[in-house]
Formats: sequence, structure tokens, C-alpha cells
Amino acid sequence: MSDQPRFPIESGVPDPFQYMHPTYIKNFGNWKYHERPRPGVLHHVAKSGDEVWTVRVGTQRQLGPYEINLLCDIIDKYADGYVRFTIRSNMEVTVTDEAKVEPLIQAFEDAGYPVGGTGPSVTMISHTQGWLHCDIPGTDASGVVKALMDELHDEFTTEQMPNRVHITTSCCQINCGGQGDIAINVQHTKPPKINHDLVANVCERPSVVARCPVAAIRPAMVNGKPSLEVDEKKCICCGACFPPCPPMQINDPDHSKLAIWIGGKHSNARSKPMFHKLVAAGVPNNPPRWPEVSEMVKKILSVYKDDAKDWERIGDWVERIGWPRFFELTELPFTKFHVENWRGGRHALNASAHIRF
Amino acid sequence: MAEQTPKNPEKHSTYLPKEKHSTKPFHKTPMLDQLEDGPWPSFVIGLKRLAMENDMMVDLLGQLEHSYETRLGYWKGGTVSVFGYGGGIIPRFTELADEDGKPLFPESKEFHTVRVQPPAGNHYSTDMLRQLSNSWDKYGSGLIAFHGQTGNIMFIGTTTEKTQDFFDEINGYGWDLGGAGPCVRTGMSCVGAARCEQSCANEQKIHRLLVNNFLDDMHRPALPYKFKFKVSGCPNDCMNSIQRSDFAVIGTWRDDMNVDQEEVKKFVADKGRDYVVENVVNLCPTNALSLNDDDTLNVDNRNCVRCMHCINVMTKALSPGNDKGVTILLGGKRTLKIGDLMGTVIVPFMKLETEEDYERIVELAEEIIDFWAENALEHERVGETIDRIGLVNFLEGIDLEVDPHMISESRQSSYIRMDKWDEEAEKWKERQAAG
Repeated sequence: MSDQPRFPIESGVPDPFQYMHPTYIKNFGNWKYHERPRPGVLHHVAKSGDEVWTVRVGTQRQLGPYEINLLCDIIDKYADGYVRFTIRSNMEVTVTDEAKVEPLIQAFEDAGYPVGGTGPSVTMISHTQGWLHCDIPGTDASGVVKALMDELHDEFTTEQMPNRVHITTSCCQINCGGQGDIAINVQHTKPPKINHDLVANVCERPSVVARCPVAAIRPAMVNGKPSLEVDEKKCICCGACFPPCPPMQINDPDHSKLAIWIGGKHSNARSKPMFHKLVAAGVPNNPPRWPEVSEMVKKILSVYKDDAKDWERIGDWVERIGWPRFFELTELPFTKFHVENWRGGRHALNASAHIRF
Repeated sequence: MAEQTPKNPEKHSTYLPKEKHSTKPFHKTPMLDQLEDGPWPSFVIGLKRLAMENDMMVDLLGQLEHSYETRLGYWKGGTVSVFGYGGGIIPRFTELADEDGKPLFPESKEFHTVRVQPPAGNHYSTDMLRQLSNSWDKYGSGLIAFHGQTGNIMFIGTTTEKTQDFFDEINGYGWDLGGAGPCVRTGMSCVGAARCEQSCANEQKIHRLLVNNFLDDMHRPALPYKFKFKVSGCPNDCMNSIQRSDFAVIGTWRDDMNVDQEEVKKFVADKGRDYVVENVVNLCPTNALSLNDDDTLNVDNRNCVRCMHCINVMTKALSPGNDKGVTILLGGKRTLKIGDLMGTVIVPFMKLETEEDYERIVELAEEIIDFWAENALEHERVGETIDRIGLVNFLEGIDLEVDPHMISESRQSSYIRMDKWDEEAEKWKERQAAG
């Protein structure tokens, strides 16, 4: 290293063409149609007549040199040396020769990597960092995902759902995992425990007060030190104060629970995009395999699989059958907590005589 | 472990090397060990493979096991950056220390993540993946996440000292940091025109133009809060842009969709009329489709809302129209602070053909970010600013006219002053006349 610091080259987003499959480049913007010859494989045909087959492979998202080299060796030997990642951490490996598809799939499967995640399947769960790296996690992310994907492996490698199922997990209520057909998110159930000795030194108190969605935090002197206090009757236990003020510990080994939300949908297909909605809470945060979460997710999926029509996403399906039927079919309890009371919440109430019996 | 022995155990996701190169003995990890079994590739085996090579990962496994046992996280943030930048690194310092303040897991006491922007569309050559992996193996833990929820490649686990060395090396061969903190964040775009017939835009170009125009706002965080760009080539919105980005660009078209009636007939012959009526015609949200007696499809294009459903089902017969462009929605975000917000339409259609067109979209983004940066409260996303001041005030701030495509229904409340109704009605007529 020289003594002079090196100035960064502010190159921004890399140009993808330097790493793109040559057949993609040749037919850029000129594709004609696609079909799915089998689960895990997409077949795209260009207007030029060129064809590509893309094999979709599930990964553990966190990859080290061994996994990267293992997967790259397969891609170099059985495909063309190019790969792209989907938004859900699946790898997509493209070949231009149909005869290469089966050996490529075989090579991935022999290496322990599942092929699937296309069409009406349960694809890889989009997830966050959790205990591995986050500073505010209520649970782990990779572990929940590994445990669930072990259970849902067969739904990844086949296309037996009414439509695609996107599952997400989030290890706090900020919900970095995003909207999902099924979302598994931490839900805190107790107000933060405040370490008053640290607040003055660690937290910018006005920003913490401003961060609270329900104005439950106010400055206070505690034991002669400037600190913050929480009106626990108002507090909704969202944890928004914890990131700007770590002495307001919201995570709790027993009281940080998991909640399950369903029906989020980002696509505009048929219905407009939808946010996911609460169906269950109070689910124990139970590492290393979170069995209660798995059971509930599998139950919801099996009811959806049996009852929904083709092409209905979970949100579309519940809109058609209605929420009373959803709770009846899934045997999940309906509680006062399911009734929206956030701002504008009355829009979510039934202002009609439309009742299903 | 998988029940059947793999064909080639040394080239399998469950492989653990026999020889240990790290010097520190493993911590006991009975809980994590239970995540080695099962058919899905195990991240725990991956972490252990790394721990065979370096002590940082030995201690990382120790801390992670401790989290599993106590059901709490033990990382705190801090300040780490590279020379010339103010963001892009997620600093992590362990909170686990003994009574004398000595870290319980000293080798991973610093475990920072370097956020790096992926190529638009997440394309890689295997050579480049290996090169990135080699660089990270040299300066960090070896662990890389493809990709984080904002879209970054996340190089997980290194010390403050080596952060700069790693960045210098990969920056030298074409990779730049992403955003962290109150700044323009790393963007995302779908595979789009590179491999998808439904693409209505040059996604990678839009993504790169927008983000690369704001690199100063990315690398030196000084905005009210985060600002995300996402680009999807069609209304299937594979990038979740409406729900997850402040500035969503979605490819669309404004002429008639393309229908290959011969392919429609083949589809009907193959699947049956019932199937087509049930799965295509009846699922059209605006009843814009009907099946003719000769098994061709009739499309009421004036009432088609470009939802993509029929095109998704009949991929050979139906495709987007030829007069393509983009719809822009502003203000999507998740819960913090006022609740979930979807992006809402601010530009119903923008043609993106000439270089001037592309300049217009960049200028629009500049207007928006400038107005928001001037007027937002601290920690307020642009959707929340719009919620607080109203869309009309926001549009006036960025010099855009109202348009009925921006609403899902007209006003219900009569509590509004309408002093200049005639002037506003006149403006509408002028805009209509101007086309």
C-alpha cells in the first residue's frame, strides 16, 4: 500500500453486457415467447429463431468459495459459463442446446442443489440477515428459511400450486423481507426495556421521540440522568425506537413472537398489487427449526392448494372465498387483533350486506 | 446429513473437508448442527466449511450458536467507511464480552458487511464470480450473500482495516459500493429485455442511468432518508417495485396488444374452450376479452388495463403492444413510520426511445429528489411526504400536472375549497387540446 489514500472510482452500477450470456445479448429486446417444459426449466424463443433453456437452481443465498467454485465448475462444464440471480436468490443458468438441459439438472442435483422454483411452485424464500449480521434482529433468518425449505422442498421442485407462492421472512417489524403470499415476521409483544444509564450517551433523544408512530415516547430524567420514558399503554411494541436507540431493548427471548401474514402480491396480474394481511400471531420463536411456523405454513399451503382455482394467488383466493371461510378452512382463530384500527382502518371493514354463509 | 451417500461426496453441498486450516478449535454448536440435515442446501455446513479455513468464522459460529441458545442478537453498529465515501459499509461489532470487557468471540469481534452494487439484471460470468470470491476470501470471511433485499451483493464479515483493502481491489476491476443510510440506495432491475418477451423497456439502461446519476447522493448520505429505484419491464413487476421502491419504473404499452390468432386457435384446440374461458376470459379484470365462435380472441383494448394475466397464460399467442414506454409510480415503502404505502402513479405513460426521453426521466428523478430533500422531515420517505402534504402539493413542487390516471376514484369528501375551479377546468381543456 502506498501512503497516499486511493480515491474511489465512482463507477456505479456495472454494465451487465460484459457478463451476459451471448445469446441474451444477440437477442436483446427481441424475444418472442417462452414456455416451461418441466419444473425448474424455462424455454425462451427469440424472434431470430434462437432458443435458450434456463435451469433455475435453489441456493442457500449465503455462499462461500467452496459453493461458488462448485456451482461455477458445474456451470462451466455443463453450461456456457454464465449465470444470473433472481430476486429470490435462485441461480438461473442458460444453455443454447436442449440436449444440455438434463445433464445440467443432473449435475446440480448430484451436487445437492434443487432445481425448481418456476411457475406455480413454492419458490425460495426471500429473507433477511437475522442473528448472523443484523443489529436489531428478533430472530434468525437463514435458519428459519433452511428449516422451512427443507419442509417445502417438494413444493419447490414441482409445480402443483394454484399459482406461484412467494414466502418471505423478516426478523423485525420493519419487514425487510418484503411482501409475500405468506410472510413470517417477528412481532414484539412487550414494550422496550430501557437501560436508563446508557440512553443519554447513545441516543439522540429528539429523533427517538420523533420515530415513535404513536407518540408514546417522551424525554424524562431517570435517576438523575436524561433519558426517555415510554407510555406503555400507548406503546404498540413495534420496535421502531430500538434501531436509533439500542438501550431501548425490544427483543426478548420469550415475548418476541412470530406472526404470519398472507396475501401479499406484487404483480398487477388480474387484481392490483396487494399487501399481506395478518392471520396468526403469538407463534413461538423456536430455534433451530421453528416447528410451529412450519406446521402453520404447511397447513395454509395445503388448504390453498385444495381450495383455490388455477391462477389464483393466495390473496386472490381469499378475496373470492372471503375471510370467514379462510379462518374456517385453516382452523386458525379469528380474534379482535385481526380488525384493522390503524389510520384509515375503517376501509377494511365490511360496509355492505355481502355475507357468505 | 442426506440419507443417501452423494455420488461424488467431495463435490456436494454437504461436503466438509477433512483437514482443518484454522487454528482455533470449534465451539460446540448443538443447535446449529440440527440445521445440517435436510434436502435444502445448508448454510450451516457452508459456515463450517469456512470455519475450517479461518478463525473468524470459528468465532462467528460461536456467536451465532449463542444467539440460537438465548434467542437474542449481539451485533451493534458503528462507523466504518472507505476513503472518499460516507456509506456503503454496514459496520458490526460484537456485544458479547466478559466482565473485563474482553470479547467472548474475539476473532469475529468486527464483522462488517460491504454492500456492492450488482450489474443491472444480476448477470455474472463464472470468471467474475470466482474473481469476486477470491478477493473476498483474501480480505474477508469468504461469505457472500447473493443478494440482499435491497439488491446488493453483500460481502459479509471483515475487519475495519481490511474493508479498505477489499474495496480498493474490487473497485479496481469495476465494482462500486452500494448505498446504506439516508441516501439513494442500490437499485434493481429485472432480467427484462435480455431474456423476456414481455419486456416493454430497456430496464438495465433505465436502472443504470437513474442510479448512476445519483452516485454522489448514494456514496455521501445526506438525504432525509433512503430513496430506492426499481425497474420492472412489465406490470408483472418481478422487482416488487410498487411496494418496495420510492421510484418505480414499470414497462407498459399504449397501443393494442399483439394477438396471433393462429396461435390462439392452437391454444384453444390444445386446452379446450372451457379452459380458455375459465382461465383467460373470466379472469380478465375489466372483462375486456371474449372468445369468438371461430376460437379466435376478441380484445377490447380500450378497456385493457395491462394487467398481464392473459399474456402470462397464453405466452405464444399474446404479447404486449408495439408502442412501448413506462409508467412511473412514486412513494412505495414498508411499515415504518406511518404504515405500508404502495407507490402511486405520477406518470401514466412516458415514451423512452430517444436520448431526450431518457434525459427527461433523469430530470424528473432529480426534481423529485430535490423537492423531497428540501421539504421532507427527518427520516421521512417520499411516500410519507406525499401523504403529509397531499399529492397535489407534491405535484406542484415537481411541476407535474394532475391526471385522472393518478387516482383510483374521485374525491368523496366535500370538505375542500374550490375557489379557482374555472381556471383549473380551463387548464384541463388546454392540456386536452394540446394532446
